[in-house]
Amino acid sequence: MPVRTVLSIVTDSLKYLVDLPISAFEQLSETFIGYETLKVENDELRQKQLINKTQLLKFDALEKENIRLRALLENSFKLGEQVLIAELLSINLAPYEHIMVVNKGTRFGVHQQQPVLDENGVVGQVFRALPFTSEIMLITDPNHAIPVQVNRNGLLTIAVGSGTANQLNLPYLPNNADIQAGDLLITSGLGGTFPAGYPVAIVDDFPQTSNKSITHITATPKAHLDRNRELLIVWTNNTPIPLTTPTIKTPVPHE
Amino acid sequence: MNNEHHCVRIFITLIFAMCLRILPLPNTLALFNPDWVLLVLIYWSLAMPERIGIGYAWFFGILTDVLMGRLFGQYALSYSIIIYMVLIWHRQLRQFPLGQQSLFILGCLLFSHTLLFWFENLKNPAQLDGTFWLPVLSGTTSWFIVYHIMRFVRRY
Repeated sequence: MPVRTVLSIVTDSLKYLVDLPISAFEQLSETFIGYETLKVENDELRQKQLINKTQLLKFDALEKENIRLRALLENSFKLGEQVLIAELLSINLAPYEHIMVVNKGTRFGVHQQQPVLDENGVVGQVFRALPFTSEIMLITDPNHAIPVQVNRNGLLTIAVGSGTANQLNLPYLPNNADIQAGDLLITSGLGGTFPAGYPVAIVDDFPQTSNKSITHITATPKAHLDRNRELLIVWTNNTPIPLTTPTIKTPVPHE
Repeated sequence: MNNEHHCVRIFITLIFAMCLRILPLPNTLALFNPDWVLLVLIYWSLAMPERIGIGYAWFFGILTDVLMGRLFGQYALSYSIIIYMVLIWHRQLRQFPLGQQSLFILGCLLFSHTLLFWFENLKNPAQLDGTFWLPVLSGTTSWFIVYHIMRFVRRY
């Protein structure tokens, strides 16, 4: 692996070189954006921020409640996640794989198997981290599988990448599985790579037959896999924080 | 002096070929993006067999492996073998007209793609479709362009 790390300094500079004209053009077009467009965009963002903030208020209360309930169950609660924003380099590695390259690497503490998200859902995971760049395998790659859960009823299954853009397969479903078109799939947190509770995909329409194992059930990823330039690399705190449960230690009377 | 000059040219053209390899093309065009590094290596080993050896091929193969995120040594092996064959037959190949040369190129590209196919299939079986072989065809047809451009670069 160190050989690859050393050689990657050469190849990573090539990747940045190829990306340079495109990102330079984008920066230029950002520089010459009009005042009016900026103002409109700013207003929109402010409104969005307001809405998000109010939703977060509620979320805070819910989180507290969740912690209290878990404390009652004497369970431990997982702490939140830390994120790093990485930008996509516009280069093309192999057309038959769904692997993207971003501009953050081990120098920023990125490591293998880290989950990658965007604002809408799960994008993939870090496949290989090099010093200056890292390769990200999308959830639609045929080699990728992600443990998911149907949000409506908690049904657990695995979503496998299909190899075509914006499609996941759900091959491991029993005949009588309670799944409908439009169901939201979220990460189940099993397997340990992806934190639980992030939206992954929405189940597509499928023909209603009595035998579901024969029907080919597919889902469309929530994340904008082909349009986004900015992604979030996530650090999950895997050490659960034990809660200080008010367990009253009643002294056992000894006779 | 002249030697150094050529060395710089060889390096620059190979680096340029590597950039072409990862160029962000629209989806259908990306399927046709041929193995530019191999084409340029073949040209230089034909034009200057006393300069370009298997060592160059191996080194740039390793670099391509890292660049493309492949299994280590995959391209290095196929490039070394192909350049070895070119070096053995370079006297005959130089006499050939371009059409016949491109037939040889077709063989080379087919060989390197077969090795690649084999390695990829070891890693994850039965996921490559027919489009995997398109770069072989596009590489063969682009040999004419590569040959003329590279000759211009060499003589410039």
